[in-house]
Amino acid sequence: MDVNFFKKIVMVVALGSYSVFCHAELTIEINEGTVVDGIPVAVVPFASQGAPVDIGAIINADLARSGYFRMMPRGSMPSQPSSASQVQFPQWQGLGQNYMAVGQINGNGGQYNVQFQLLDVSKGGAMMGYQMASSADDLRRTAHHIADLIFEKLTGKKGVFNGRIAYVTSDRKGKESQHKLQVSDTDGFNPQTIASSTQPLMSPSWSPDKKKVAYVSFEKHNAAIYVQTLATGERTRVAEFPGINGAPAWSPDGSKLALTLSKDGSPDIYTLDVSSRVLRRITKSFSIDTEPVWSPDGNNIVFTSDRGGKPQLYITSSQGGGEEQRITFSGDYNARASFSPDGQNIAMVHGNGGDYRIAVLDVNSKGINVLTNGPSDESPSFAPNGSMILYASKKGQTGFLSAVTLDGKMQQRMVFNSGEVREPAWAP
Amino acid sequence: MKFNKTILTLLVITALVGCSSDDETDPLAAGTLNGPGGVNTDASTSGLNGAGGIDGSGLNGSGVMNGAGGMNGSGNSKYPNAAIGPEFSDPRNPLSKSIIYFSLDSSEIQADFVPIVAAHAQYLAAHPSQRVTLEGHGDERGSREYNIALGEQRGKTVAGKLTLQGTSDSQLDNVSYGEEKPAAFGSDESAWEQNRRVELVYQGR
Repeated sequence: MDVNFFKKIVMVVALGSYSVFCHAELTIEINEGTVVDGIPVAVVPFASQGAPVDIGAIINADLARSGYFRMMPRGSMPSQPSSASQVQFPQWQGLGQNYMAVGQINGNGGQYNVQFQLLDVSKGGAMMGYQMASSADDLRRTAHHIADLIFEKLTGKKGVFNGRIAYVTSDRKGKESQHKLQVSDTDGFNPQTIASSTQPLMSPSWSPDKKKVAYVSFEKHNAAIYVQTLATGERTRVAEFPGINGAPAWSPDGSKLALTLSKDGSPDIYTLDVSSRVLRRITKSFSIDTEPVWSPDGNNIVFTSDRGGKPQLYITSSQGGGEEQRITFSGDYNARASFSPDGQNIAMVHGNGGDYRIAVLDVNSKGINVLTNGPSDESPSFAPNGSMILYASKKGQTGFLSAVTLDGKMQQRMVFNSGEVREPAWAP
Repeated sequence: MKFNKTILTLLVITALVGCSSDDETDPLAAGTLNGPGGVNTDASTSGLNGAGGIDGSGLNGSGVMNGAGGMNGSGNSKYPNAAIGPEFSDPRNPLSKSIIYFSLDSSEIQADFVPIVAAHAQYLAAHPSQRVTLEGHGDERGSREYNIALGEQRGKTVAGKLTLQGTSDSQLDNVSYGEEKPAAFGSDESAWEQNRRVELVYQGR
């Protein structure tokens, strides 16, 4: 990947009126890839009288980071119409735009009415129009929802921006650390802490219905796996065996967790039926087996094992007792698999000579495509439409989250100004 | 108006949760995960898909668990086991060293550390009621759960050496923190080599 042809745009987004964010500040950087093949789209600033959120900017940022579009900078726009009837289409046709979004926000204080239209510039008419009610607090999500509608209309694929991500943060104060498990919008806004401890928290995994998160906590100075219901904050400890209790991963039907336990010797993969608590051992090697993930059909489990000397990915039946076949052969370190929702690709941490990047393995051809620049990228997680991968990265002592499109052309970085952010998990 | 307008009414959710202003110091008991009560949301959607995430799952307020008691918070940072006996803070005594370091991707005990492990084995054999937790750690490179496994492997290697030399299994506990509790913060070899370690944490220290 040629870094030089990346054009870098840095947007600093102070959270302003969003006092709920606990003084956090978020910096979003888009490393915009070559966009010659992106669909030209102009998101005109929405007309508003003092709405607390710039909806047009949020839609623009979402569409930009999808990698599908070439977004028109605001400064290049010849006018700022807020409805189809105000648009002089020849003006925009002359600027090479295929589509444009226009809209307005009406209301004051708590309640707003958001209208938008997606326009086909060459045909000179509207393709889609919506009117939505939104509270002030919910305007960001309304903007993400509009971005999803536009994305789906123009690409035929489901949008993923109005979703959620979970991740772990760590703040150091002297010798003490504060670890938090947080859930936020997909662009890092609206973070909410769902668990917090002075001891490490790790490995969040969303249940398929998005209502629960499983994670590892060392709060009792040993490792235990908890399942927490987001709506209520209630949680259950589902594994606390001697040794490692790690790497929980929900089965696609939500009935089981795959996990890593070392209670019987070296770390092995097990499945745990969440309601009956029946435990089944899946691997029995003398080496390290960990980081299980389910294939989307639930039939197989891919995991990391160093049985061949170095960590590589292997696949086996999720019923156990099957063959365990190695599936990665390029690179001296392949670990921490994440299946694409269609089961065709596996994202992973791909290490060569101490340099760790995110790569994607084509399940059928076994070809590997390295997407990121390293040197310490980890924890890849596919977006629910398979078009992007969220991962954690480090620069100096700052840990941040990044998203990269499946073709590697577009990268976006979210830097939270306090502490280290890691282990992102995109809600399914 | 010539456009085709679809009305989508989204009943608005207020998934707003107040941040606890004192969440760093909040001494809530371990296990309580119902923090400052979040505003429960009542959401419904009509018209086109309310899917895509505008659902009403109200994320409730933050929960704070504290790490009850500190196994790491010993007062003497140079000789963390000093409270066990004078030999643990005598720099001429190998017992004063409580950290075994490892090379990259390895859980072999290097020659330098063999006498240190032997001294601890001898002490533990002579004090059968003394318990020790072996805390395994790794450097930051590679994936986190794999590093948990590597840290455990290092702890088990030390445990194996100790038991070979007379320590009883029942005196030993193992926990691996992987790369989650670095001793040195930094992304270079000098930080990494300080982080690939097993700490012998004497109970009661």
